[in-house]
This record gives sequence, C-alpha cells and structure tokens, in this order.
Amino acid sequence: MKILVCISKTPDTTAKIAFTDNNTKFAQDGVQWIINPYDEWYSLVRSIELKEKDPSTIIHLVTVGAADAEPIIRKAFALGGDEAVRVNAESSDSFYIAAQIAEVAKQGGYDLIFTGKETIDFNGSSVGGMIAELLDLPYVSLATKFDLNGTTAIINREIEGGEETCEVTLPAVVSCQKGVAEQRIPNMKGIMGARTKPLKVQEPVAVDAFTSVTSFELPPAKAGVKLVDAENVGELVRLLHEEAKVI
Amino acid sequence: MSVLIFIDTADGHIKKSSFEALTYGAQLAKQIGTSAEAVVLGTVTDDMPSLGKYGVSKIHHVAGDVLNQLDAQVYTKAIADVATAAGTTVIVLSHNITGKAIAARLSVRLKAGLVAGAVGLPDTSNGFVVKKAVFSGKAFAYVAVNTAVKIISISPNSFQTVSGEGTAEVVTENISVDTPKVKVTATNKITGEVPLSEAELVVSAGRGLKGPENWGMIEELAKLLGAATACSRPVADAHWRPHHEHVGQTGGSIAPNLYLAIGISGAIQHLAGVNRSKVIVVINKDPEAPFFKAADYGIVGDAFEVVPKLIEEVKKLKGAA
Ligand SMILES: Cc1cc2nc3c(=O)[nH]c(=O)nc-3n(C[C@H](O)[C@H](O)[C@H](O)COP(=O)(O)OP(=O)(O)OC[C@H]3O[C@@H](n4cnc5c(N)ncnc54)[C@H](O)[C@@H]3O)c2cc1C
Ligand SMILES: Nc1ncnc2c1ncn2[C@@H]1O[C@H](COP(=O)(O)O)[C@@H](O)[C@H]1O
Repeated sequence: MKILVCISKTPDTTAKIAFTDNNTKFAQDGVQWIINPYDEWYSLVRSIELKEKDPSTIIHLVTVGAADAEPIIRKAFALGGDEAVRVNAESSDSFYIAAQIAEVAKQGGYDLIFTGKETIDFNGSSVGGMIAELLDLPYVSLATKFDLNGTTAIINREIEGGEETCEVTLPAVVSCQKGVAEQRIPNMKGIMGARTKPLKVQEPVAVDAFTSVTSFELPPAKAGVKLVDAENVGELVRLLHEEAKVI
Repeated sequence: MSVLIFIDTADGHIKKSSFEALTYGAQLAKQIGTSAEAVVLGTVTDDMPSLGKYGVSKIHHVAGDVLNQLDAQVYTKAIADVATAAGTTVIVLSHNITGKAIAARLSVRLKAGLVAGAVGLPDTSNGFVVKKAVFSGKAFAYVAVNTAVKIISISPNSFQTVSGEGTAEVVTENISVDTPKVKVTATNKITGEVPLSEAELVVSAGRGLKGPENWGMIEELAKLLGAATACSRPVADAHWRPHHEHVGQTGGSIAPNLYLAIGISGAIQHLAGVNRSKVIVVINKDPEAPFFKAADYGIVGDAFEVVPKLIEEVKKLKGAA
C-alpha cells in the first residue's frame, strides 16, 4: 500500500486576519504557520495508523509551496511519513495546485491519495476532486471513517443530514474530515527522526492557473451587542421577531 | 451560450440549496444576457416544470437509478455532457456536500475556472470577478475567473431565493451514464430533523450545559423554532452530541439567519464556523465571554434559568402568530 498525503500550510487558527498592499496580500507578520488541521489530524494520522497495522505501507507527503513550507513538512514528518516532495511553486489557484500534485502522483504510482476536507485559509474543498479528475480516479469526499480490506476501501462519508457507507476499489482519492482519526502529538523519536527524512524539491510543471485573487476584504465590524436583561427574556423574543425579523 | 444550474436532490426531492442556485443562476443569466437552464440527475418526484418560477426555461433531466447515489465521476460526466451540448458558459451549483464533490471535477473536465463558496453575483463589468468567503469566514476574496467557461458554487444560505411566474420545459436527455465505481452499502440518515447545512435557524450549545442530559431544553427550543441543533467541538468530542452537529474551524461551517449560542464561550475556532450568520444571539453567564463581541443580541445569565423562560416566550409568540 502506497499512500500520498497532501499537506498544506495554513495560518494558525488563532491568527489575526489582515491584508496589506492595498488589500491584495495576506499580512504574514507575526503569523504562526501550521499544517492544515484536516491534513494533519485526519489524513496524516489515518495513514500512520494504516502503517502501524501494515508496516509495509509507504507514506509519501506532498506540498505545493515555497521553501517556507518546509518546516510544515518537518512537523508532519515528526508525526510520521517516510518521504516528501515539495513542488517549488506558490499559487492559490486550486487547479494549479492539483495539477502539480497529480504530476507527483503519476510519478509515484500510489494506491491512495488523501487530502483534507478543505484548507482553512482558502476553503476551496476543491483540490482533491481536481486531482481525481486529472488522474481519472474515483473520488470519495468528506470521509468520516476510512478502512481497508485488501485493495477495497470502506469509507463512511457525510451526506446532508447523515452518513453513508461506501466501498471503492483502489486507487482512489479520498478527502478526510473529523472522525477519520484522532489528533496526535509527535513523540521524541518522531521529532528526532523528522530531521533526516528525505525531502525532495521538484520544479513545477507548466500549467496556467484558472483563477486569481484580485483583492481581499474584511467583513464589516459588528455594531455591538444589544444586551437584554436576564429577567426580561420576552424582550429578546420581541427583538428577534420585530427588529431582526428572524423568528 | 447559457447558464446551467445543477439541481441537487435527495430521495427524489429537490434540496433547498438548489432553489438558491436556481435563483442565482437565473439572475446571473439576466445580468450577462443569456438564458438559464438546469440539469437534474436520477429519480425526481418533485414537480419539475414549476421550477420555471425561479427563472429557468429548460430542465435537462438525465434519468437512471444509478444516479440516485453520488459518484462524483459519474455525475461529472453526465453534467459535463449536458453542459457541452447546451453550449454552457457558466455552471452554477450549491457549495453543499454534492457540490463540493463534483464542482472541482467539472472544473478540470471543462477547463473551467471554479469559484468555490461564492457569496454574491459576479462583477462582470470588467472581466468576471466573484466574491467568496475565505479564512473560514474571517474574510472575503474577490476571485477573477480567467477561463472561457466558468463554474460557481454558491455558499448555502448566502443568497436569497426569489420566485415569480413561469414554467420550465423538461427535456429527457439520452446520454450514456457510466457505471459507478463507488458503491453505497448503507445509509444512515437522521430523519425528521432540519439538516444543519440548510437550516435558516440554528440553536447551538456548548460545554456550559454541563452534560448531555441537559440537551432536552435545547432540542425543545429548536423544535419550537423549527431550527436545527448544533454544538461546540468539546461537546461533540465528549460524545454529548453527534459529530455532525459540531460547528467551527474543524467542523461544519454555516451561515443561518439566526445562530443562537447557549453556554458557548466563542473561541476564535468556534466563530470561524458561524461568523457568517446574519444574526447571532448569545446566552452566557459570563459577561466577559468573547462571544458577546461577535453577537448582535445577548443575555448575560444562567442558561438553566434563561432557556426555559425563552421556551415559554417563544410558545407565547407562536401561539399569537
Ligand atoms: C486547531 C483548533 C481547532 C478547533 N476547532 C473548533 C471547532 O471547530 N469548533 C469549536 O467549537 N471549537 C473548536 N476548537 C476549540 C475551541 O478553541 C474552544 O476550546 C471550544 O470552542 C470551547 O467550547 P465551549 O465554548 O463549548 O466550552 P468552554 O470554553 O468551556 O465554554 C463554556 C462557556 O459556557 C459558559 N457557561 C458555563 N455555565 C453556564 C451556564 N450555566 N449558563 C450559561 N453559560 C454558561 C461559560 O461562561 C463559558 O463561556 C478548536 C481548537 C483548536 C486549537
Ligand atoms: N498547496 C498545497 N499543497 C499540498 N496539498 C494541498 C495544497 N493545497 C490544498 N491541498 C490539499 O487539498 C485539500 C483541500 O484544499 P482546498 O481545495 O484548498 O480546500 C487540503 O486539505 C490539502 O490536503
């Protein structure tokens, strides 16, 4: 079993979101970068669990990003994973990123490609489906449980108002979310080992992005909370009915 | 040239998010001076011609039992075939679960730039620029689509459904449908509840409720309001509530008209999933709880006292209505 885990770098969940250069660039000053939580907690940890069950499993990581993405890969290595490829390119266009990952996937011959449900900065929920289409593979999105039975994957996935169990013969692309695995903390051995694991840098293939971000905008600030006395709950209901008109 | 809207169904019924997509698509078609058509897959029991009231002139129906279950590959081919034959220039879908699975594939297949999670109509005055939510609702981005064909998936509940008069012509499409590679073996649906992603009103509670045994009043209030229930992450992690209720950075992301947060502190990761709600109401006993800063209305008080009173007051309102 050879697994490719897509790892992206995102600002920490508590990072202050602000923009510079006339609202065209994310303000990176003082921002702590993390592995996108869906990639770390779910896809990566589940791959490690599969390797613990079957030690012949090979886990490769891939990221599309500039050199500053390397600390993220080392962090991922501390949790697990055998080798990594960084495609040396910066882009926020999902298609451009997917095309790079598809290229890495073609070279590696993977049985399974894991992505996260979405990146918490771009929120596309798109890269996994695009990789699958580029490679003409089945795509199971929003998995909440993932198991293997030989070359068949047994997956629970989210549907509106519930869950569905489905089966697919590998190779396939699967996007992971909560439920697939539990968050882990790297141990000392993992942290020590992370430094020496092979991280290959590869130049991107030439593709044109489909989209580009022209500018960013912050939502308008809230006007401030209107407090209602706890002894006067009826007033809240009146406000919601007559003023906000939501009930 | 036309706008093609994908109509998503469940058990033969059209999902609410599809009415939003239809409205959006019809308005966009008007804006760019073309016609709006729709495509629907599998068994549909709801009346299709009447969807014309949202502004679509034609509905392409691809029938077949295999289309009653989602296989992104099979759906993509069917929609792409319809789109190509219809000379579609923009495809509109909901950024719901199905939409997330197929929009990306369609984008690659049709070499069409995708804006996933749009919150408004495109600006077509100079190119084609669409506003979308980014940074988990903490900001918006304007995304230019640089391809001839474009795909927009719209964030659920971010676009008001508008209907008028009209009847749509339903055309049964005889296109070949692939055999699904994804086999669904079991479905576990919570029936009778409003799905969280489609809910206009949401009642949510957090660790302030102390334990799962105290959710009776939350459910009662939600039922009275016709609201869905949600919860904070620690509540789902402790198995007090099912996982699909978890909202926030790592859970569901919602934008209801009303988000009523009870006993939730309002951590930044929680807000990330709910900050696009139109009206936020917070009930928390701690006046310093960060959630009040993001709220429109609030009560500083003990949930165990305030919620039962709230139930009584809502009953009064509903009785009077
Ligand atoms: C990477 C990352 C991702 C995360 N993702 C999410 C996410 O997706 N969703 C999420 O929710 N959290 C998420 N979290 C956790 C988040 O940081 C908070 O810990 C969590 O939201 C707190 O949940 P809570 O408000 O229910 O509990 P608490 O923080 O314990 O707050 C309970 C609140 O209830 C109030 N209270 C207590 N008793 C009463 C009473 N009787 N009446 C009224 N009020 C009362 C208290 O004043 C307090 O404000 C994430 C954290 C990290 C690090
Ligand atoms: N730059 C990137 N490098 C590697 N993987 C990525 C990158 N961007 C996105 N992904 C993967 O694709 C998933 C979905 O991303 P998105 O479509 O941006 O929401 C993420 O959870 C990652 O697993």
